[in-house]
Amino acid sequence: METSYDVIVIGGGVVGCAVARELSAYDLKIALLEKATDICAGQSRANTAIIHGGYDAKPGTLKAYYNVKGNGMFDEICGELDVPHEWNTSLVVSFGPDEDPQIDELYERGLKNGVPGLEIIDHDEIMRREPNINPEAHRALLVNNGGIVCPYELTTAYAENASINGVTFFRSTPVTNIFKENGSWIVETPSARFSAKAVVNCAGIFSDEIHNMVSADKLEIQARKGEYYLVDKKYASTFHAAIFQVPSAMGKGILVARTVDGTVLLGPTAEDIDDKTEKRTTAEGLAKALAGARRTWPNLPGRAFITEFTGLRAHCTRNEFIIGEAADAPLFFDAAGVESPGLTSAPAIGKDLAKMVSEALHAAPNAKFNPIRKGIPKFRELSNERRAELIAQNPDFSKVICRCETVTEAEIREAIRRPVGAVNVDGIKIRTRAGMGRCQAGFCTPRTLEILSEELGVPLETLLKSEPGSRYVYGKIFD
Amino acid sequence: MKNVDIVIIGGGPAGLAAAIGAYEAGARDILILERENALGGILKQCIHNGFGLHTFKEELTGPEYAQRFIDKVREYNIPYQLDSMVLDINAEKVITCVSREHGVQQFKAGAIILCMGCRERPRGALGTPGERCSGIFTAGTAQKLVNLEGYLPGKKVVILGSGDIGLIMARRMTFIGAEVLCCVEVMPFSGGLKRNIVQCLDDYNIPLYLSHTVIDIHGKDRLTGVTIAEVDSHMNPIAGTEQYIECDTLLLSVGLLPENELSEMAGVKISPNTSGAVVDETLQTSVPGIFAAGNVLHVHDLVDFVSEESELAGKSAANYVKQAQQGTVSHRQVVMGNGVNAIVPQQISFTPDHDVHMMFRPRAVYKGAVITASVGEQTLYTKKARILAPGEMVNFTLKKDDLTAANPDLPLTVEIKEAA
Amino acid sequence: MNKMLTCIGCPMGCQIEVELDDNGNFVSSKGWSCNIGKRYAQEEVTAPVRTVTALVEVEGRQEPLSVKTANPIPKGKIFDCLAELKKVKVHAPVAIGDVVVENLCDTGISLVATKNIL
Repeated sequence: METSYDVIVIGGGVVGCAVARELSAYDLKIALLEKATDICAGQSRANTAIIHGGYDAKPGTLKAYYNVKGNGMFDEICGELDVPHEWNTSLVVSFGPDEDPQIDELYERGLKNGVPGLEIIDHDEIMRREPNINPEAHRALLVNNGGIVCPYELTTAYAENASINGVTFFRSTPVTNIFKENGSWIVETPSARFSAKAVVNCAGIFSDEIHNMVSADKLEIQARKGEYYLVDKKYASTFHAAIFQVPSAMGKGILVARTVDGTVLLGPTAEDIDDKTEKRTTAEGLAKALAGARRTWPNLPGRAFITEFTGLRAHCTRNEFIIGEAADAPLFFDAAGVESPGLTSAPAIGKDLAKMVSEALHAAPNAKFNPIRKGIPKFRELSNERRAELIAQNPDFSKVICRCETVTEAEIREAIRRPVGAVNVDGIKIRTRAGMGRCQAGFCTPRTLEILSEELGVPLETLLKSEPGSRYVYGKIFD
Repeated sequence: MKNVDIVIIGGGPAGLAAAIGAYEAGARDILILERENALGGILKQCIHNGFGLHTFKEELTGPEYAQRFIDKVREYNIPYQLDSMVLDINAEKVITCVSREHGVQQFKAGAIILCMGCRERPRGALGTPGERCSGIFTAGTAQKLVNLEGYLPGKKVVILGSGDIGLIMARRMTFIGAEVLCCVEVMPFSGGLKRNIVQCLDDYNIPLYLSHTVIDIHGKDRLTGVTIAEVDSHMNPIAGTEQYIECDTLLLSVGLLPENELSEMAGVKISPNTSGAVVDETLQTSVPGIFAAGNVLHVHDLVDFVSEESELAGKSAANYVKQAQQGTVSHRQVVMGNGVNAIVPQQISFTPDHDVHMMFRPRAVYKGAVITASVGEQTLYTKKARILAPGEMVNFTLKKDDLTAANPDLPLTVEIKEAA
Repeated sequence: MNKMLTCIGCPMGCQIEVELDDNGNFVSSKGWSCNIGKRYAQEEVTAPVRTVTALVEVEGRQEPLSVKTANPIPKGKIFDCLAELKKVKVHAPVAIGDVVVENLCDTGISLVATKNIL
């Protein structure tokens, strides 16, 4: 196994994969190390999937800078990488005159941050745009450059494109130590000892631990938990925009936000916790998310939910993104404390960090860099003519495995075969949506396991949901 | 696009019986579209016995029961297509279907019989908090893994919900060497058949905790345990009754939902009570020429009644395509009175051409109550029942002559008169 | 000696108390509310039987064969029979009704296939 690289990127979330992909535009030997069994395992897997306008962050901060810059890059990056996104606008709504000043304040802040196309709208205009909103809606900030994006596909698309441009991905490879030896960074993991000229820390919730291995200027990441409900796509047209309430000190408050796939996210709550691996939902948290969502959506039906989940934000106690070369560790770069609006910022952070690293290493452009990635065809979205063509080329497109989301065997097989492909059931889920629908994988799990077993050439009983220990079955009944 | 007199969506127990019913009523141009690679539907994995007592007067297993109908379909040479997934049905009765053999196909149907069955409610629909680990299966998924694929889903099992599939799986998991620790039911009564309580739980000393539910799920990767608690009459957990149970598997048997995505695409009106189509006594839906039968119409307890209902749908569809003109029929509405839920049919024509089989679920447990069906002051049916429970569907028949004679200005009301 | 039973005749689930003599023979029963319960109680305490359905390995296949006892067997022999089945391996093809094991565990009852495997 090759262990000597120009650059090692630590962390395979959207930021790490974006950095790796942008770095692959330079003539550099790059590896990405991810501690989980798959990329897109942390914040990138459980968030609100919003392209934020940029009105929320404090003017002059890196959060504001990267939010506005990243927002402006989505058409280009989603075009290159074939990632679904939609400019459906965001609305930040006050539900009474007492909240109006906060709307006005956000408007002012947005102007200072350089957010284009902000408007203040009144009750009547809110109701015209969003007839299903709580009629107490009083005033709103209309964010015309607000949008939604599929965070999984953005992350996997970055990774696939990085991979075809030469980045080597090591999953299930947690970094245990980093130090300088003979002028190179040594990155230790349980399976191998890597060396690199430069290291980029994109470790999300653990970015403090990675940073603190090399720097005396200690960082602290506070895990901030958010609980969500996911609503059936039957309710996709209830709201057009992503609906925010006025923000609090802990975050942007409870949203009601449609996803690009038509489901609706309710949440997140915000609670600081100690355990950085916690993914539990709680009765209290879910009740809070629901109560908050009902403030926006009073007629939310009680039986609309298809699942509930928890996401952790990597909140830096400095309340700011930490981006760039560490002052006391040359050629060690951070993208640390990247919480919301991290997804929106990722394209810009990727570009900027790649530029910093390549300049520091005096790297030439990669002449063979191919910026284009095509997604797995989404059978559910195609015309019958296109479906017939695909089936003629590959009959596996005729076999619908996930009935709720109409995902075919061909898509699942391709998700496994692609660069940085799926290695477990959740990996198939984030790459194809198989199992994400209303039956929550009841029908498709047995078949998905069989396909994974065939493609990976491993016994079905060894397959995982996601992390080690999360196996599905305990063997054969006749063993 | 190919024209077909009657297209049946689904080749499970409902679709097979509907095809036979249509054939026996004279239809010949019939096509069954089945998404799996074999006929039989969910019965393929229901290897336990108890099927067919009503229809065949003998106790069969699921695959045996299905085979009787499959044999008949073959004997009649009724065409069927396997591995054929219907993607869309529109109100003009054009069906879009995809299969390995034929690619994308479209059929223009004279009549359609919806026989798509139902699916299980997943964990997400319950909103049970806790970890999102592996080891949580719907009972039917576990049943498929064991009975059709030969895998052991887990070794220490808790069952949430006392629906019949959960009870059956309690026994099956015991038979394949797993330890079933308990069955937890949120209601004060079981939704399963008494016989299954005795023969799947009591026989193996598996405790049934009524008025209990799972309130927390533990285990970051694979399930390591659940917390259960007693619930009050509003189904809220009672503080202080929490109990941790170490287990690696949680099976959910918490209800079935008719799979009406295709019905809705065709514009079929869905009843909020049954979650299935609104139908008349011929099992015709709100879209003329589209019929529904079996668990896609309403969730049954016994497959025998699925077969019986589906044969009627087949016969009705055959009659529909036979009639040169299909005028609109006006209907008497069926009103659910005290204690009555999920009634089928929801409307009955003023002059039905056969006796009408009514089915509903009691809203609660009633002892010594009287079931009545009446139009105004006129009672069409009355019967005292020793016990009524939501877990057992009530069946009764109304005479067509009584219905025809009843006051056309008034609805039919079905109710349970509770004992004093 | 007395024994409690739940009747399986209908959803009433009558709790039936059966009185047995010292040799375990049926003496009387009470608590049932119809003849179904009366009959069930006597049978269930004197000679309880169950039809057993199970799975048997098929040589070279992952999918198991489903089987049943052709008639109910004594309840006390269920686990002996299941243990016996673990040793059985059948060869395809198999048809519904094929005898897989004759005289299962000396019950005098055969084990038969309940599905077709081509």
